[in-house]
Amino acid sequence: MIRLLSILASVASLAGCGNPQPIDPSQQVGPNPVLPKPAEELIAAVGVPKIVGWKEGEAPVVPRGFRIQPMATGLSNPRRVYVLPNGDVLVVESQRVGREPVDRPKDPIRDFIMSLAHGGGGATETQGPAGAPPQRITLLRDSDGDGKPELKTTLLDHLNSPFGVVLVGNDLYVADTDALLRFPFTPGQTKITTPGQKVIDLPGGLIDHHWTKDLTASPDGSRLYVGVGSNSNVQERGAEAETNRAAIWEVDPKTGAYRIYASGLRNPNGLTFYPGSNTLWAVVNERDELGPNLVPDYMTSVRPGAFYGWPYSYYGQHVDPRVRPHRPDMVAKAIPADYALSSHVAALGLTFYTGASFPGLFRGGAFVGEHGSWNRTQPNGYRIVFIRFSGGKPVGEPHNFVAGFLDEDGNARGRPVGVAVDRTGALIIADDVGNTVWRVSYTGR
Amino acid sequence: MAETVRDAGLARSGVARHPLSSILLPVPIICFVGVLITDLTYDGSGGNLQWVNFSSWLIAAGLVFAGIVILLMLIDLIRLPQLRSGDGWAAFALLIAAWVVELINSFVHARDGWTAVVPLGLALSAIGALQILIYGWLWHESRYEGERP
Repeated sequence: MIRLLSILASVASLAGCGNPQPIDPSQQVGPNPVLPKPAEELIAAVGVPKIVGWKEGEAPVVPRGFRIQPMATGLSNPRRVYVLPNGDVLVVESQRVGREPVDRPKDPIRDFIMSLAHGGGGATETQGPAGAPPQRITLLRDSDGDGKPELKTTLLDHLNSPFGVVLVGNDLYVADTDALLRFPFTPGQTKITTPGQKVIDLPGGLIDHHWTKDLTASPDGSRLYVGVGSNSNVQERGAEAETNRAAIWEVDPKTGAYRIYASGLRNPNGLTFYPGSNTLWAVVNERDELGPNLVPDYMTSVRPGAFYGWPYSYYGQHVDPRVRPHRPDMVAKAIPADYALSSHVAALGLTFYTGASFPGLFRGGAFVGEHGSWNRTQPNGYRIVFIRFSGGKPVGEPHNFVAGFLDEDGNARGRPVGVAVDRTGALIIADDVGNTVWRVSYTGR
Repeated sequence: MAETVRDAGLARSGVARHPLSSILLPVPIICFVGVLITDLTYDGSGGNLQWVNFSSWLIAAGLVFAGIVILLMLIDLIRLPQLRSGDGWAAFALLIAAWVVELINSFVHARDGWTAVVPLGLALSAIGALQILIYGWLWHESRYEGERP
């Protein structure tokens, strides 16, 4: 009888129109987001903006007193930016290679939508000379700090869908989608020709759904942390495909030994230690297809050994109705994240403001790159937000800091991914579909 | 049997005098009944995802072949007045109804995991299977009226 009632209820919900989760995204930010009931739509809502790129003279919008300039243009899917101690900026140009295997008729359709969202969609500007997309790290050198690099050169080429990069002493570590590599490197060097040495294999494979492997090092440089995203939305490829995924790995770079540092993190990126602390932070993309206002993506400090719920539950112990068999033991372990960023914003970049040139309130705060939504008709994200920190903890609401990635017609001129702070205290932004690296500086005017 | 049909003057839409609709007619029946079986198996398995994959492909194949059969049936109904009986029209209506139900079912089955099947997908699969079985029964009824031994 209960079953019959629940069938009738779901038929009734099919007939219902309008937004099943009438709440505002601004109610889903901070430590206690409003979480509506899951509302699986008959056809998953899709809103992927057409990519139009930046015309001459166009740029994202920044608050009064700040200035934004293109630091490098004509790049190929720049996703991650990293600043070396001598001020050189590394730009990781990368994209996924190949298609996911087809399990269901839905899969090729989903792949097509994703390729639109990432600026693929058959666009030719992402193709390299040999026909394959570039997989490289470009070095920008701006010695006089005016935001106009005097040197733009390929530091490292022919990688395999790289994303994370970190320098420890004279070792440059690069996280390809299937391996963590080490290259001997002296700051100042502009080209690496020595082949990389593999530290450890990372989960790649045929599916490799969330392929970006972000990377950072502990403040003392003794451990590396690798973000390994899940192989599915919510384990629909089976539990075996998720072995050691949806987790942050802690790797000993000397021995290649690793352990799972934290798990239940669907797609963790932006791995960064809070300045002056031993606390690791990350931004995490939560699951799709539970409605336009579920589940909020989040920023969180990562507690060693903690489990954050994926796939069994979200935001602590809210059970996802789609995952079977039930795992009450895992749900009981799940802890909520520190700070919600609202639903489907696709947070992919995180950096803490360690510079001195921005006004004081920015000091120690977080900049988050939100690549933007696909699973809701009203776009959300497509911006850089700033979150103030006090005592090492986020306070208040996120503030729009860089906007204007969508034009008046809702087309995408660009989409932000990685963020970093350069030697002069300016904010550097990787804009993958805009094929640009932006630099935001403070002028006070 | 084929002789009997030909004797009854039932030309059919076909290729090289082969009755295409007779060949294709059972395919949606097999697919849509199959979905009910794989859905029940998924429910019984407690969430073994391969059964959702089976169901999704059966629905997709069933929709394609049911679409072709709808076209062929339409041609037969136009060409052969003797098919335009109450049973013939009822069969045609049921086939279209089953196609619509299974189209909705394909969207439900595109969900990720348990709710792709339980409860709504399973319910739609049961309705679709019932419709397609009655369609098969009635269509044969209208076609072989008075011809059965």
